[in-house]
Amino acid sequence: MKMKGEDKYWTEVILPKKGNFDLRLHELWHFKDLLSLLVRRDFVSVYKQTVLGPAWYFIQPLLTTLMMWVVFSKIAHISTDSLPPVLFYLIGNIAWSYFAACLNKTSNTFIANAGIFGKVYFPRLIIPLSTVVSSLFAFFTQLILFAGFLIYYVYQGFDFHVNIGLLVIPYFIFLMALLGLGMGIIISSLTTKYRDLSFLLVFGVQLYMYITPVIYPVSSISVELRKYILLNPMTSVIEGFRYAFLGKGMLDFGQIIYTTVFSIVVLLIGVLIFNKVERNFMDTV
Amino acid sequence: MIVIKVENLSKQYRLGVVSSKTLAADVNRFLAKVRGKEDPMMTVGVENRLNTVDGDYIWALKDINFEVNEGEVLGIVGKNGAGKSTILKILSKVTAPTTGSVKIKGRIASLLEVGTGFHPELTGKENIFLNGAILGMTKAEIRRKFDEIVEFSGVGKYIDTPVKRYSSGMYVRLAFAVAAHLEPEILIVDEVLAVGDAEFQKKVLGKMKDVSKQGRTVLFVSHNMVAVKSLCTKGILLENGMIKEQDLIGPIIDSYLNQFAGKGIINNEWTKSNAPGTDIIKVKSAYVEFKGSHITVNTPFNIITEFWCEEEGFPVNVSMVLWDKNQNCVFNISTENIELEKGLHKATFNIPEQLMNDGYYYVQNYFVTNSTPHFIHNEANAFEIIDDRDNTDWYGKWIGAVRPNFVKTELL
Repeated sequence: MKMKGEDKYWTEVILPKKGNFDLRLHELWHFKDLLSLLVRRDFVSVYKQTVLGPAWYFIQPLLTTLMMWVVFSKIAHISTDSLPPVLFYLIGNIAWSYFAACLNKTSNTFIANAGIFGKVYFPRLIIPLSTVVSSLFAFFTQLILFAGFLIYYVYQGFDFHVNIGLLVIPYFIFLMALLGLGMGIIISSLTTKYRDLSFLLVFGVQLYMYITPVIYPVSSISVELRKYILLNPMTSVIEGFRYAFLGKGMLDFGQIIYTTVFSIVVLLIGVLIFNKVERNFMDTV
Repeated sequence: MIVIKVENLSKQYRLGVVSSKTLAADVNRFLAKVRGKEDPMMTVGVENRLNTVDGDYIWALKDINFEVNEGEVLGIVGKNGAGKSTILKILSKVTAPTTGSVKIKGRIASLLEVGTGFHPELTGKENIFLNGAILGMTKAEIRRKFDEIVEFSGVGKYIDTPVKRYSSGMYVRLAFAVAAHLEPEILIVDEVLAVGDAEFQKKVLGKMKDVSKQGRTVLFVSHNMVAVKSLCTKGILLENGMIKEQDLIGPIIDSYLNQFAGKGIINNEWTKSNAPGTDIIKVKSAYVEFKGSHITVNTPFNIITEFWCEEEGFPVNVSMVLWDKNQNCVFNISTENIELEKGLHKATFNIPEQLMNDGYYYVQNYFVTNSTPHFIHNEANAFEIIDDRDNTDWYGKWIGAVRPNFVKTELL
């Protein structure tokens, strides 16, 4: 028999089942300090544990771009939309790296943190969220590197205009985080039961890059095949980045809306599965 | 005011290999099942129990019901595997219940492990903030209490060194210092005492005592009965996932120790035909006699041996030697010398309370006649004395063969 006003009396009620879409945002807000401290931890541990520290943030995109330039442009003659190949590959790489980082690190959340999760309660979503934020450091550092190259090329005569695409960049970053988070959460929830999915993930993400126009522009794909590429939600983002910084590429608002809807749906599915899994994953992980 | 209400709480675990951990293996098993073939993952010789309903699941907890009022210190005791840690995990939201509900009023802080989330590369200071945030504090709170935390931990000048350089003692002290300053309304502690040296344990318990004095509610799981007795007001005895008993802490500890009662006490009895002894003296029995279910340092008890004397007028005194488990002699006491009549006799040694220390003891009886041992009965009987301390701050093993509480002391 329920007492009158009983619901207001209790601070917390723990039940076997929880609402499926119960995001408990107010709880996430209460733990915002933890979020910032985790981001700081990620940053500091990279900085302190490696000899070159943040210099690694530069080396990876530089080497990848160099390799792509040699292989795809010089040897295979794949179009770069008549843009300087270095700029073309570099901006695609930087954007893709952020997405891949969000996806990869989020996917590993449960397994990597099983220790903490088994001992103390805090909203599990905090960890993937902190990953999405701390990956921004690498991203912005690399953007600065890109800016350096851009300035050099402008000096060499490259035609650079500020265009509307630049305004959309923050939104693109947000979309990548959303999509990476959503897909990562889904995979993370599945890997608690099936560890081998995490092996699939690593090269899965690499393969995914090939069907995203990172190494080639959408304009170089034949019209019949183009509709398949456009099904990929990341297409509009990568193309958008190139349009914003280099003036050539696809900035299609219809596609952007498609990506937005896709990402939201994926995130909702992710949250649904995550909620189901997190309460009892400690029993099976 | 009720702060925790647990109703019909149950937790079920599935035994064995639930999934084979890889998708490929599960698909393999599924296909085998569909084709009517034997499960390739089944262990040899074992019936495939993975498809049956019962015997596949265990109830780690079944139908747990209890309430905790504000300010109570509840001790949860039970043998290993009784379900104590499972209750704490559910209360801490680390895992979810299978059925039932837990209602909580107030903020809970759980200490299931010390140093959760510590990162070896970060300094002590950075880890205080990180660990504090993981446990639920805000940065402002941590900043406010920072000096207190450092002071409590005794880590002092090392606070800006990465914790990978700390000794294990420093590590654990720092970790606990953070947790100790949580100031929740409800504090849950699981055997944190199992880690660390005696000094650390003293600190932990001291802090928990402070917390309870401030009127907060504490749930405490431990095997250290001295600590439990000292801190807790009420208790719950768990057995096989169910509540066996709920009561004030005294009776609960008694019941808990009762589970081991008798195992520490070995009394012996013989018939006339197989009695140890000589033609003149035959021992009928050797035992301890006391009120209650077990002997504590506060229980007076009797060490008794009964024996037949076959010769009229045989002069005998019984001399009892008490040995501890390290084969040290505790003491030796004799009865008076009597010329015995033929028949059954009984020698009794009254051991007062607060003389003996806790531990295992063996009794050796000498049957002496005219100052010469006539018959030595080795290991006549054995018994265990259990510690029982009130209001101490120290919970280690009290040394010494005896612990005479009647020794007068004076400090000027």
